[in-house]
Amino acid sequence: MTLDAIIKLLNAKFLVGPRDSIIDIKFAKASDLMSDVLAFSEPCSVADTILVTGLTNKQVVRTCEIAGVCAIVFVRGKNPPADTIKLAQNSKIPILVTKLKMFEACGTLYSNGIKGASSKKGK
Amino acid sequence: MQSKILLQQNFEIKGGDFINAGESSIKIRNILKDIGIDSDIIRRVAIVAYEAEMNVVMYARHGKMHLYVYSNKILLKIEDRGQGIKDIDLAMQPGYSTATEEMREMGFGAGMGLPNIKKNSDVFNINSTIREGTKLEIKINLNNKNG
Ligand SMILES: Nc1ncnc2c1ncn2[C@@H]1O[C@H](COP(=O)(O)OP(=O)(O)OP(=O)(O)O)[C@@H](O)[C@H]1O
Ligand SMILES: [Mg+2]
Repeated sequence: MTLDAIIKLLNAKFLVGPRDSIIDIKFAKASDLMSDVLAFSEPCSVADTILVTGLTNKQVVRTCEIAGVCAIVFVRGKNPPADTIKLAQNSKIPILVTKLKMFEACGTLYSNGIKGASSKKGK
Repeated sequence: MQSKILLQQNFEIKGGDFINAGESSIKIRNILKDIGIDSDIIRRVAIVAYEAEMNVVMYARHGKMHLYVYSNKILLKIEDRGQGIKDIDLAMQPGYSTATEEMREMGFGAGMGLPNIKKNSDVFNINSTIREGTKLEIKINLNNKNG
């Protein structure tokens, strides 16, 4: 699924746009705990995983870089601080923001075919 | 087994510096990318480095991270000066955390950092002296043919 398709589904907008329009999202993680995101980071050479989170500080961007997560969705319409945006631009990690709550955002993605990142295991 | 050292780099980590926290680990990741290390190995090294770096930022005054790349393995050594860990077995338990409310608000304090480090290492050693500091040694094997 493209980021543009996710924008439509979640009625979201880009805070940091993608440099690469061919990103194909297949998996998602949802967490407000950074170690959690890292604990369930699976071997992946392709950029296919998105993080759905309520946290907006810049450590979220760093964690995604480390975990190989290729885009971030901020839920509850939360606008991040300026240094989060700046780091995401520098690290080329697109950021989307949706007014949906965490549960609704995840449910919408799931019912449209996005799978949990832990289901990547064993592939 | 005899193995050649390909690269060695050191990084300083400042306790309490949440603004720059994680930068050394990103640098390590980029260095390993540049020299063409396998992406799954890079991911493991990056996770280990980042969790260790965050622990220094959260629980110590000052730390150093040393990266050694050999032809058949990667070593990370992280030493800090700080409060040290009283009970290492307890600290290693998933979910155990002494993170402050402020750290939790930033998304830390799941108590998963040390277990994550162990899980991603081939060899993991931790030593700590209370009120002095903590030392981690991590080895990750490079499974190349001549390894
Ligand atoms: N370098 C260190 N110096 C002193 N204490 C430490 C250090 N590293 C870890 N600890 C102690 O061990 C506990 C567990 O560490 P661990 O990294 O597993 O979890 P955490 O840092 O609390 O949370 P998370 O890593 O999931 O964000 C910490 O809460 C802290 O009390
Ligand atoms: Mg930790």
